Amino acid sequence: MSERALRIALPILVLVLVLLAWDLVVRAFAIPPYVLPGPGAVFGALIGDRALLWNSLLVTLSITFEGFLLAAVGGVLLAVAFNQWRLVEYSFYPYAVILQVTPVVAIAPLLLIYLPQPLAVLVCAWIVAFFPVLANTTLGLNSVDHNLLALFDLYKASRWQVLWHLKLPAALPQMLAGLRIAGGLSLIGAVVAEIAAGSAGAGSGLAYRIAESGYRLNISRMFAALLLLSLAGVAIFFVLSAVSHLALRRWHESAVRRER
Amino acid sequence: MTEQMARLPDPTSPIVSLRDVGKVFASGVRALDGLGLDVRAGEFVSLLGPSGCGKSTALRIIAGLSEASEGSVAWADGADAGPGHIGFVFQEPTLMPWADVAANVRLPLELAHADDAPARQAVARALERVGLAEFAGAYPRELSGGMKMRASIARALVTEPELLLMDEPFAALDEITRFKLNDDLLTLWQELRRTVIFVTHSVFESVYLSQRIVVMTPRPGRVFAEIVIPAGYPRDESFRTSAEYAGFCREVAETLARALRAAS
Repeated sequence: MSERALRIALPILVLVLVLLAWDLVVRAFAIPPYVLPGPGAVFGALIGDRALLWNSLLVTLSITFEGFLLAAVGGVLLAVAFNQWRLVEYSFYPYAVILQVTPVVAIAPLLLIYLPQPLAVLVCAWIVAFFPVLANTTLGLNSVDHNLLALFDLYKASRWQVLWHLKLPAALPQMLAGLRIAGGLSLIGAVVAEIAAGSAGAGSGLAYRIAESGYRLNISRMFAALLLLSLAGVAIFFVLSAVSHLALRRWHESAVRRER
Repeated sequence: MTEQMARLPDPTSPIVSLRDVGKVFASGVRALDGLGLDVRAGEFVSLLGPSGCGKSTALRIIAGLSEASEGSVAWADGADAGPGHIGFVFQEPTLMPWADVAANVRLPLELAHADDAPARQAVARALERVGLAEFAGAYPRELSGGMKMRASIARALVTEPELLLMDEPFAALDEITRFKLNDDLLTLWQELRRTVIFVTHSVFESVYLSQRIVVMTPRPGRVFAEIVIPAGYPRDESFRTSAEYAGFCREVAETLARALRAAS
């Protein structure tokens, strides 16, 4: 079997084995579905509750997407501002770090007090997602080839020419790496905020469904919602990886296919 | 062509003069001390010295990329250190990896907000001169080391500068490629008749290329001796294998050895 085929076949084999073992254990020990449903029951919930789950998925995805977009724009703009004006960096960078290292689970309940719920969820998604964009873009902007900087200097390039023609393109690989991390994190931020908000009542995202199903001992639906969340995360990762690959395929070593 | 000839300064007077130029870095290291150098219009001059003798620093000071701590850099009337008057070729090709060859070569014109049509023409001409016309759409990573350096030279030539500064441009290339680029550089120089200041640590390269070699002492760098290589141009393979060439190389190598001893 070729390397490529193995890379696809082996994970599928593991999945099938785990599902079989799971099913076997549930049947053999006659575990009631309100403790641990079998894979069949989870699949049933996925089909049976599809309208409900689909709507919740859309809610979660749209918040994730908005949070990601704000994080991308905010992170890049902030990185550019830090790069252009030293004093801005000195003033705000410590707070960006503080915002990042404070667990978002702990911030969410506070935000829910002061902000309407959808906005609070969005802010949570943004807080977790913007930092990798900021940190990676900053790194990229600061690691420009110093000879190229000298060249721009020689031709009397303006600040903005240096930024537009040199620093931003040079930072693109790191920026895209930051965005790839941010995609997953904005989903996490949205879920954390929804869970925190869930106990407060209103909400209809997937995370809220998980919390709600938990109270109702509808474990199958919990698993189904969890499965959808995982798939959403995987999809986000693949989409962002593809975007990154398309943007870099002509010139960056990370995206260039090499013959051996 | 006559118009361009008229633009060149009087060949008997120097295009750039360095007087008592010193450079002390913030770390306290003194790179240059009392460096004096006159370069005449149309001349091919090499700065020869061991690594760390400040020859690159001298080149950067001429280019305006670095400020002299002491002394002065004076330009001939009509010439100045402004953009377009100086082309600089770095030790590495220093190309933008995200831009194709044509866009890299076009950069100096782009930064000067040049009009599109003349810029296109200038890029095509510069690529033609270095033999890269067919590779305009290639990305730097698709090129060999020698071709990257050619692209870098094309970028330095695209503004048709009066003065071309080259900082050990071929040091990282293999010998075959280096010989080829040396030949092509000489051909270009004879065609264009611009002034070239070429920094190198290779005795053989400096003798092959230059009309005049300025031998520098190790840190702090200063001029130890100037040697004129009276051999005519064009120089080619027969010059490289001649006894005359070997004789010049011996003379320059001995001078360089004396410069090293004088410093220690």
